[in-house]
Amino acid sequence: MKGLLVLTALFVAVFGKVTFEGDQVLRITAKDAEQISLLKELPEQTLGLDFWMEPVHESLPVDVHVPFHSLQAVRAFLAYNQIQYNIMIENVQDLLDDEEREMVKSRAFPRSTDDFVYTTYHDLNSIYSFIDMLVAENSMVSKIVIGQSYESRPLNVLKFSTGANRPGLWIDTGIHSREWVTQASGIWFAKKIVTDYGRDPVLTDILNKYDIFLEIVTNPDGYAYTHSRDRMWRKTRKPNPGSSCVGVDPNRNWDAGFGGGGSSSNPCTETYRGPSAHSEPEVKAIVDFVKSHGNLKAFVSIHSYSQMLLYPYGYKSTPAKDQAELHALASKAISELQSLYNTSYRYGSIITTIYQASGGTIDWTYDQGIKYSYTFELRDTGRYGFILPANQIIPTAEETWLALMAIMEHTKNNPY
Amino acid sequence: MATGDLVPTHFPARRAAQVALHHLNTHHGSPFRVFGLQRVHTATAEDQVVGTAGRKYSLDFSVTDYGSSGSVLRCSAEVLFPRTETHTHTPPEVHLRCEDLTHISSSPEELAFYQKHTAPHSAISAHDLPDSQGNISQDMQPFWHLARVAASFIMLRESSENTEYNMAQVANLTQQETSEKQLMLKYHVLLHDIVSQEIIHWKLLCSWSPEGGVSVRETEWLPKCPHDTGPPTAH
Repeated sequence: MKGLLVLTALFVAVFGKVTFEGDQVLRITAKDAEQISLLKELPEQTLGLDFWMEPVHESLPVDVHVPFHSLQAVRAFLAYNQIQYNIMIENVQDLLDDEEREMVKSRAFPRSTDDFVYTTYHDLNSIYSFIDMLVAENSMVSKIVIGQSYESRPLNVLKFSTGANRPGLWIDTGIHSREWVTQASGIWFAKKIVTDYGRDPVLTDILNKYDIFLEIVTNPDGYAYTHSRDRMWRKTRKPNPGSSCVGVDPNRNWDAGFGGGGSSSNPCTETYRGPSAHSEPEVKAIVDFVKSHGNLKAFVSIHSYSQMLLYPYGYKSTPAKDQAELHALASKAISELQSLYNTSYRYGSIITTIYQASGGTIDWTYDQGIKYSYTFELRDTGRYGFILPANQIIPTAEETWLALMAIMEHTKNNPY
Repeated sequence: MATGDLVPTHFPARRAAQVALHHLNTHHGSPFRVFGLQRVHTATAEDQVVGTAGRKYSLDFSVTDYGSSGSVLRCSAEVLFPRTETHTHTPPEVHLRCEDLTHISSSPEELAFYQKHTAPHSAISAHDLPDSQGNISQDMQPFWHLARVAASFIMLRESSENTEYNMAQVANLTQQETSEKQLMLKYHVLLHDIVSQEIIHWKLLCSWSPEGGVSVRETEWLPKCPHDTGPPTAH
């Protein structure tokens, strides 16, 4: 009885509320019949308690949803009566928010790219569906399958084209599978291109002279693995003979300073270069595409994280022939990027700015004669790192697009 | 490695600043205060031969508190990476000064958090902070910040001129019972080294109180695969 008096004294009126913010669910373990009685005597209605498992017998747990305003009172009551409990749900609203998010995601499959949810991360099947929908909706978009991954997944490239025999501009995202904001940005770029063609004069002019090629999931095996088994997976999924370790770093597998410092010969490491240059089908497919196209004028490979815009070389400290121009263009691209959300990027050659890396993509494309070869490292700088919150996908994509437009526009205005 | 004036945006200055940052977090971090590197303003390096031999970096940089206040602090530091004859790794030495860094008594938030979670029957446990999509609930953020601070002890100790550490994720955390007036937590954290690109798993036991700050009691490196020979600095 005394317990109840204490409780009433501490009681705070519960007003109608819209959220469950701060509410908790407690699992109470009564030790004897007396404690069960005490629990049964709690003024449920006045406190706004909702028993998920009613007090019945001391051998059974008692689960109760306690509104935030009653928490202090209830916990004081339990402590006073020495009734054991633990917190099953710290904050009911969080659980509801999670559920809401899941529901949004699993709603009826998007029927068009206008329906598609750009503010969340998607699995591989959803991205492939997006690609097919985009192609179906837009006559200027086609899908080219440039090869197959090790696990036989299609390597899909979107081609944006308004006429035949044009020079091309290449963008790839997701070559390192754990860098999820890049694939998510790639999806957004694809939609942006079709939306802005005919509306934005600069992009329209670019597309009237150049084709844009966009490979959104450059490493699909790795991407599937980040969903099913290991969120932090970076490499391809090809087994390495004689080793229990799987995968090759696709950004150390290119024939540019292959085997040099800044890549590893150990299959168990994240920067393992592979048995030979272009040994990975994901890399070979792009190599074959670039060579057979023969007329790409810009090549941008997108990674995360660190907030950087980088140009060749990574494998050697000799400056690129076009260093001055590449540096000046990077500076322009970065200030365009920053103009949107004040995100600051660093820029420079790979080897001076981030580290020595041999066998990298843009060193190879540059040495093939594609002058405007760049690598991005998108948000952030380490706070979230690879697991960037989904609410940053669109801001990241938007600001990065401004930098990409600067690069593409400069390429168009400086034909070579 | 270069000596003399360094380009502040390039990696040698940046790695040294990150080490100073880890040092700052070990001393001043809390569930509601965690610093991130904002910008390096100037940096120089020189070879030190008197006393501890090694390369010494002098840095002027800014950090942001993303634990709660978002405030920006200006700091200067000397970071010495000792050069050893043997193959064993010696942790860097840091001397650091930041303006406006106050050792004030803890914020109301910290006290409320401390009281809530050192109350009897508090038994917090969680996994995957943030989750794959980068989500983390408001309630769990202080635990995430604490992990970052505790991990800073390890990251500081393991750092060299050839590493650049961040904490990638908290795999799990479990509150430990204790008779001490501390919040006692066991963590499994994933560290990311930008240079090697490796994800390194560590278990740690840490304690925190508003007056005492964070202290790390035990650490244990977890090999990735059976034939893993050690964290990057050990090579």
